Amino acid sequence: MTKIIVDGTEIDVPPEYTLLQACEAAGAEIPRFCFHERLSIAGNCRMCLIEVQGMPKPQASCAMGVRDLPPNKDGTPKILHTRTPMVRKAREGVMEFLLINHPLDCPICDQGGECDLQDQAMAYGVDSSRYAENKRAVEEKYIGPLVKTIMTRCIHCTRCVRFAAEVAGVPELGAIGRGEDMEITTYLEQAMSSELQGNVVDLCPVGALTSKPYAFSARPWELNKTESIDMMDALGSAIRVDTRGREVMRILPRVNEDVNEEWISDKTRHVVDGLRAQRLDQPYLREHGRLRPATWNEAFGAIASKLKLTRPERIGAISGDLAAVEEMFALKDLVTRLGSKNLDVRQDGSVLDPALGRATYLFNATLAGVEKTDALLIVGSNPRKEAAVLNARIRKRWRAGKFPIGVIGEKADLTYPYEYLGAGPETLAEVAAGKHGFAKTLQQAERPLVLIGAGALARADGAGVASLAAKAAVALGAVKDGWNGFSVLQTAASRVGALDLGFVPGQGGLAAAAMGKAGALDVIFLLGADEVDVAPGAFVVYIGTHGDAGAHRADVILPGAAYTEKSGITVNTEGRVQISSRAGFPPGDAREDWAILRALSDVLGHKLPYDTLGALRKALFAAYPHLQRIDQIAAGDPADIKKLAGLGGAPDKAPFHSAIEDFYLTNPIARASATMAECSALAEDRTSMTAAE
Amino acid sequence: MPVRRLAPQNVQPKEFAFTAENLAWAKQQMAKYPEGRQQSAVIPLLWRAQEQAGGWVPQKAIEAVAEILDMAKIRVLEIATFYTMFQLSPVGRKAHIQLCGTTPCMLRGAEEIRKVCERRINHEAGQLSADGDFSWEEVECLGACVNAPMVQILKDTYEDLTPASFETLLDGFAKGTPPKPGSQVERQMAAPVGGPTTLKSMKA
Repeated sequence: MTKIIVDGTEIDVPPEYTLLQACEAAGAEIPRFCFHERLSIAGNCRMCLIEVQGMPKPQASCAMGVRDLPPNKDGTPKILHTRTPMVRKAREGVMEFLLINHPLDCPICDQGGECDLQDQAMAYGVDSSRYAENKRAVEEKYIGPLVKTIMTRCIHCTRCVRFAAEVAGVPELGAIGRGEDMEITTYLEQAMSSELQGNVVDLCPVGALTSKPYAFSARPWELNKTESIDMMDALGSAIRVDTRGREVMRILPRVNEDVNEEWISDKTRHVVDGLRAQRLDQPYLREHGRLRPATWNEAFGAIASKLKLTRPERIGAISGDLAAVEEMFALKDLVTRLGSKNLDVRQDGSVLDPALGRATYLFNATLAGVEKTDALLIVGSNPRKEAAVLNARIRKRWRAGKFPIGVIGEKADLTYPYEYLGAGPETLAEVAAGKHGFAKTLQQAERPLVLIGAGALARADGAGVASLAAKAAVALGAVKDGWNGFSVLQTAASRVGALDLGFVPGQGGLAAAAMGKAGALDVIFLLGADEVDVAPGAFVVYIGTHGDAGAHRADVILPGAAYTEKSGITVNTEGRVQISSRAGFPPGDAREDWAILRALSDVLGHKLPYDTLGALRKALFAAYPHLQRIDQIAAGDPADIKKLAGLGGAPDKAPFHSAIEDFYLTNPIARASATMAECSALAEDRTSMTAAE
Repeated sequence: MPVRRLAPQNVQPKEFAFTAENLAWAKQQMAKYPEGRQQSAVIPLLWRAQEQAGGWVPQKAIEAVAEILDMAKIRVLEIATFYTMFQLSPVGRKAHIQLCGTTPCMLRGAEEIRKVCERRINHEAGQLSADGDFSWEEVECLGACVNAPMVQILKDTYEDLTPASFETLLDGFAKGTPPKPGSQVERQMAAPVGGPTTLKSMKA
């Protein structure tokens, strides 16, 4: 630790701190544009100038380390000033230069009201300009459907360039030209291809990069901000939902160091228009082969009369990827009361089973734990598509150095180099047996991580693969005292919560695929389940939000609430229990899903014993106590993984595939979004172009 | 200096590949740097690409260099647009004249030379002459201030110019008989005109 004095306060700071960090630790506020905690240091905006006693010129505090300060001859601590007239004058000078070429178009700028330049100009700007020449003007650039550019406003902080190269790992942005003619662009104005590109909008301290879908639609001060949890992938990223009236205007990330740091994927951010399109806003009933609008009572009546003629074992329920724990709990409760054991959440045919223990379906290493690992084996997963933010964290770990990565499965561009081991279970068996060269690398690692993709487990031989992967994890030393590196990367937000509830077939019950087969069941409840095929014959009750596959197949549609329209508990892939908040109300006659199930249960004569969400949660917590510990992880038992390893099984030779083919269209909300459709089409073009080359 | 952009598509060649000789040379340059730091060779490679492509860097050359060095294309484009020594649009087939316009040359008559360029080549800097044989641009100091004014053509400098001697020089390039590089008057290197004025007793 080094002693320094900041504005008269003596403070001990680690020598590796920059002066900026040291000043902040001492409570001083340092303005900045180019500096960002999660990016490399550029030191080019010069806004963070401070005075260091003994140095004749002001110093850029972000680019100078405490250990680089020349020591005082008499050994006294160095003295820094952040509020002297000299500092103020220096910053005012920098601000004047920045404003020379910055247009005075705040009234028509989307960044207005949340703009770093605006804020800091209030502190360091002058109210008039001494600049009489022509201002610079820069041509607009096309850099993709999500990020709108008004490059005249750019102050060349290069945050976006550093983000693309360092965090996203897709070095597409760059600064061409020099000096006054420097311009930020992509190569020949191609669209960016990163799944994290939306974050450059948040990083941009001015209005040069703004959100294209959100352009000119709202001002930050007229929005209601609700802190919530994302459901687009199984990470449960922390988000802030901004609403105006009942409409969700945009979704922004919140900081959660344990999950998403401060990034979110483009799907999380730009699915917003999907929340408005194709919504189910009233119940529907199928009559003579056509769906017609109905009242709630008609819809409930139709279900009740159908159920009256149905034997309990001919009833089933399948839950979708976006369901919260509460409604799955209510649905399970209802179906159990109806006397059926046909329950399943695993639409994809995955073999994960809560009976095998919680550790067998969690990302046991935890998301933040990725940074502690020293070797990684990816099995049947493409984390870039399945969890883009996690992929950025893997890349972050790789950038820190000494991180061998092996991949069994698809050969994809993951934004970091890896050793390609093979395509299917045979290679995994080789690695598990220690016969593969990479096995040694994993064994030598202190905390190896074995990442198993949902795609590897959602196959006919999934049980064998799961057991083999567990065997590999145990044999390679990934499961030991103090470290559990057996990590399943789920792709559905609802999955872990549902498995915790035991939303899987009971004794003699049918799994999702079997329920969908012709003649298997007479009545099926689909709770937002759109990814499973239900053969003609069965009477389908669809509780959901969007007119997607499930609704098309349905005989009765009960309109539910999307994830921004209800408060719900979710459990992310690492087993972290999180609670989302309601940012708006569902459209029209749509209701929260648990309330629909409660009302329906009354009509069916099996009244669920909770009238409020609070009462439901009380019952839920009584049955599953770990769900009340919000933002905590109830760790799985490593012994379960050893048990799973012992099960054995015979995986076949088919190569692994990622569970996600199209990153942008994984759920009904994303499929309803025009923005996501455009991104998806662009991504497809890119793929076919690379294939042609 | 105008904003630097790649030349329009209609003048861009369809493809670019280093000749076997240049490729061998490029590999040699790359080998100078430690493993994983091959990108350091980007400037020599771009320079060689410019020479091979006839004095300018086409888009496909940028892509070829990016490919060889395993860099993102935008990174090579950044470098090509940053350094003015990389020409981004076609230059004269016979000569591209880089006219020094910095203070010493300006005081010694660079503006007269510039007028000749404007009259004989193209009124605009950076544009080709009507026959495509010549182009010119004004550059910053090329370090021959003693013999100002001067121009640089390819790798040679031509110094102590007057409008008349500069026109002769242009004629020479047009006919394929360029004059001797260096001073165009009686002067040895950068010594005084007409021979030494001091240290006369010293024998060379």
